[in-house]
Amino acid sequence: MNNFILFIAVIITGIALPVLALWTARLLGPRSYNPQKSEAYECGIPTRGDTWMQFKVGYYLFAILFLMFDVETVFLFPWAIVAKDLGVVGLISFAFFMLVLVLGLAYAWKKGVLEWK
Amino acid sequence: MFDFSIVTSSIHAWLSEYLSQGLAIFVECVAVGIGILALYAIIAIIMIYMERKVCAAFQCRIGPVRVGPFGLFQLIADVIKMLIKEIIIISHSDKFLYNLAPYVVIVGSVLAFACLPISQGLEILDFNIGVFFFLAVSSIGVIGILLAGWSSNNKFSLIGAMRSGSQMISYELSIGLSVLTVVALAGTMQFSEIVAMQSSGWLLFKGHIPAVIAFVVYLIAANAECNRGPFDLPEAESELTAGFHTEYSGMHFGLFYVAEFVNLFIVSAFAATVFLGGWMPFHVSGLDGFNRIMDYIPGALWFFGKSFFLVWVLMWIKWTFPRLRVDQILQLEWKYLVPIGLVNLSIMALCAVFGWHF
Repeated sequence: MNNFILFIAVIITGIALPVLALWTARLLGPRSYNPQKSEAYECGIPTRGDTWMQFKVGYYLFAILFLMFDVETVFLFPWAIVAKDLGVVGLISFAFFMLVLVLGLAYAWKKGVLEWK
Repeated sequence: MFDFSIVTSSIHAWLSEYLSQGLAIFVECVAVGIGILALYAIIAIIMIYMERKVCAAFQCRIGPVRVGPFGLFQLIADVIKMLIKEIIIISHSDKFLYNLAPYVVIVGSVLAFACLPISQGLEILDFNIGVFFFLAVSSIGVIGILLAGWSSNNKFSLIGAMRSGSQMISYELSIGLSVLTVVALAGTMQFSEIVAMQSSGWLLFKGHIPAVIAFVVYLIAANAECNRGPFDLPEAESELTAGFHTEYSGMHFGLFYVAEFVNLFIVSAFAATVFLGGWMPFHVSGLDGFNRIMDYIPGALWFFGKSFFLVWVLMWIKWTFPRLRVDQILQLEWKYLVPIGLVNLSIMALCAVFGWHF
């Protein structure tokens, strides 16, 4: 059978699972309203200030680093499939690619991006 | 080995005898969907039971024993409990994203689950970019977790989601690099071909040193990817209540819980498929009699045996090591695992090109 039809069938299955589970739960579960119940649970203390605020920049730096590395690993996948056929020529271009990648990591390391401050 | 494609093609022939082409495919799709749902639920239940028993054994307890033989009905009781609990949606949350988050997590998990080849001819999604597709869909889960934490409007959830996001995207890199190592050795990304080429020996043995390093790095990174074990910072219960799913109740929470356990199975099964041969029996070249006996054991049994063995190893790691701090986690990844992965990939490139493998 065509793989793409199956792919769509699996996506629909993935959506159907939470729909079924939540629908059954809504059907069986109790419903009651209480103003205290719908408040955020932060260990019983009333919430202070806004939650949707500016956040620590350290996470952002790691996200940028990840983006760079992940895109480059994506580029390596086509190489990996034909690595044996390309032989030494492929190996040399791979080495250049790797060198740039390692230089990027070394630069980030030296700049102190990898330290958690 | 028994080839399941005989069964599926005969079912297809039988259905197209009675129904039109489109209707036959529709019926097959529905059957596949029901099959996936059933298997997904069964795996989740087995995993939760196993987690309890293994955890109990490591802590010198006996685990659930009261409800049914060996506490087996405890799980059914838990499912019923989960279903009849109220679903609370807190008032200051972002309702749309809050409700969307479990769907994203489950869809990514089900798609990754459908990629795994269970036995010969018994694979659902068998793309020629299979491994790549698997990596792509298994990283959808992190979006769901970030959405859950952000939309809950709770500071614990937000911190948990941010930690989870940074941890999961970082460790995805190591998974990518170690899988890349195997792809360079195998020369294909299709799951069925990767398994088929392991008939003469598992890739863990074929690729010797680089493959073993890639396997170990993969196991560490996979453990972090599931937010488990020593890497369970996103839901560190002693600091963050429950992390990103603090505000989820009843079945909403249940979906995250199930996805987490099935994800553990999925990463183990992926490691079993790629490194340990999937449904391929253990063969030693030269020992024909031994190989013949091994062929009598069904492929599905090999697949589930290897997968659950790796699940057990990951549980062992979880209950042995103390939880790491967030800076330690990120340093372990960026200062140790990524450089190891890059060097390892280079060694494997040399091995693949010059044929220094079995």
